[in-house]
Amino acid sequence: MKIPVLGIGVTKFGELWDYSPRVLVKQAVAEALNDARLKITDVDAIFVANMLSGILGNQENLGALFADELKSANKPAFKIEGACASGGLAIHNAVNSVLAGVYEKVLVLGIEKMTDHNPAEIAQALMSAGHDEERASGISFPGLYAILARAHMEKYGTKEEEMAAVAVKNHYHASLNPKAQFQTQLTIEQIMKSSCVADPLKLLDCSPVSDGAAAIIISNIKYQRSKTKRTVNIVASTVATDSLGLRGRKDLTTLKAAMVAGSKAYQQAKIKSSHIDVAEVHDCFTIAEILAMEDLGFFSKGKAARAITRGATKLGNGGLVVNPSGGLKACGHPVGATGIKQVCEIVTQLRNEAGERQVKGAKIGLAHNVGGSGAVAVVHILKN
Amino acid sequence: MLKNVGIIGFGSYIPYYRITIAEIAKVWRKNPLDIEKALGISEKAVVGFDEDTVTMATEAASNALLMASLPASRIQALYIGSESHPYAVNPSSTIVAEVLGVGRHYMAADLEFACKAGTAGVQMISGLLEAGIINYGLAIGADSSQAKPHDVLEYTAGAGAAAFLLGRNRKDFLVEIIDFASYSSDTPDFWRRDGIPYPTHAGRFTGEPAYFTHVQEAAQSLLKKTNLRPADFSYAVFHMPNAKFPCEVAKRLGFTCEQIEPSLVVRQIGNPYSASSLLGLNAVLEIAKPGQLIFLTSYGSGAGADSFILKTSKLLPGLRKKVPAISDWLKNKQYIDYPEYLKLTRKI
Repeated sequence: MKIPVLGIGVTKFGELWDYSPRVLVKQAVAEALNDARLKITDVDAIFVANMLSGILGNQENLGALFADELKSANKPAFKIEGACASGGLAIHNAVNSVLAGVYEKVLVLGIEKMTDHNPAEIAQALMSAGHDEERASGISFPGLYAILARAHMEKYGTKEEEMAAVAVKNHYHASLNPKAQFQTQLTIEQIMKSSCVADPLKLLDCSPVSDGAAAIIISNIKYQRSKTKRTVNIVASTVATDSLGLRGRKDLTTLKAAMVAGSKAYQQAKIKSSHIDVAEVHDCFTIAEILAMEDLGFFSKGKAARAITRGATKLGNGGLVVNPSGGLKACGHPVGATGIKQVCEIVTQLRNEAGERQVKGAKIGLAHNVGGSGAVAVVHILKN
Repeated sequence: MLKNVGIIGFGSYIPYYRITIAEIAKVWRKNPLDIEKALGISEKAVVGFDEDTVTMATEAASNALLMASLPASRIQALYIGSESHPYAVNPSSTIVAEVLGVGRHYMAADLEFACKAGTAGVQMISGLLEAGIINYGLAIGADSSQAKPHDVLEYTAGAGAAAFLLGRNRKDFLVEIIDFASYSSDTPDFWRRDGIPYPTHAGRFTGEPAYFTHVQEAAQSLLKKTNLRPADFSYAVFHMPNAKFPCEVAKRLGFTCEQIEPSLVVRQIGNPYSASSLLGLNAVLEIAKPGQLIFLTSYGSGAGADSFILKTSKLLPGLRKKVPAISDWLKNKQYIDYPEYLKLTRKI
């Protein structure tokens, strides 16, 4: 496949007390339309990615809401939900609609507004991505990923300091990203001293609660970018699922859905993992990035943690750079927007427009977006 | 700029009992050092079983009258600000006035605006004095607020009272109130519905959009109005929900740690809500020299901030010795354990 990206837009991520979901979406969409030199009425359909609008905001029906808010003049619109993979899934569905020839130019937007609620409400709402057995046991997401971390530590000797190295790297990248929630860098010591959330995961191993929106406009191959911007195409879009809860997994040291989606994506794009220059992966917790590195074939099982600690995926290392935006940990994780922001970041990198956080000469990029504790995974590959 | 408003007596009261942050943290299996560091508080004051806003207000007010050597019958207005008035309907102000011996021909009202009800009272009495409608008025901030067990507020919700007797005769001024400015908005960061025992707060929303926005705006507008800079002041006092917020806002406005440190009673008594910034002011007035400028900004959730510029007079050092000082209340303490705390705050 070859699906050109016509425009991208991302808002600042963070505690955006002054901005409602409608305002955030309008900001991101305006940026994307401007980038694409289009009007909203040029778009044929709108896909909306979001997880928590119903549970936290009492508002469902987001397709209609945003089609109305954007004054799209009766365009078809849909809400796509898959927990934290909502963004990636919305792009996947948009890609399919274009490949099917039903729509020509499609707007995909992701929005999440979380910070108006207290931590207990948010933790409970996020557990709607887990299994009912897990909810009944009282566990929350840090606990689920703590189980995965412990399994990885026991099988491969992964250390807490190595997990902390993920956060250090991502905060460094975010310090170069003006839209990132956190602009300050962290040290291993600060992370190791931060309070325990769910052993072995500490506060600074966990991505934050964030508000934010992101938008992307894709089209069928007819529509090329203007000559002033480098064309970037989506060349693979894959989804895979696994058991809803951890109890159903065969191996807790891998997210099989990510492995399956990743390997299908490489096949679709006709490339190997070693061809990826830049990747945005789903580091909801530091261990998640280590799992992603191995599931996507960038490092063999048990080797990623050490490699990351040595700087093997840091900006400027000369090879693969992972999470140049700062990832979920440091750029922020407004759930529905994340998957779309990841692809927008890859587009920016492949257009050579990432400024201080540019991965030099990046030609092929990958976005990895996971829902729940690995129940669903979406992988996109893009080329310039 | 005001011409006819000054403090002619002031008084404070901090209850006897203290519970340490460590004692509370132990109950909830938290690391006490983490919490002490995060809040900058080591212990907080707790009311005795027979104390409340009214009893503490009366103690503080008696001290203010004593300092001024003024018979209570001369008071023409009494406003008491609190978020823990004993009654939803029935004035605390008249109970206090009755005990003090204020008489009958006076204006009175109870005020509420979260932690800034006391300073609102100061503004109201200032208006009456400036206009020559009264000669003496008493503004009190007092609280014995409840905090929900296991909530973060449990570490900080303290108790205390501060009273300021204000007059319009320059000869009597211990401290001149030079000017004030306020900033208010509908920002629901912290609230308590009628009939509900514990307040609810919006977590991190109580920071930037609430405390910092309102304190900074009120402070900056007053500084601009009076053409003064932070360096012109000997001391600055800010509302103290913990020790971190006032230090941060002071820094942002251009004040130094040295200017605000003497006011930080929060470290040892927690946050006595309507009495917080006023007790901080008391602490500063107990060490200030004549002719010094003091900057005071309170904050009340919901939200608003009242900013004041004060100047000390030659009379201050002599008269302040007549009543117990903050340093005396701080030394006068007994530690209690968590079960005792639950009993005294009527949770069990």
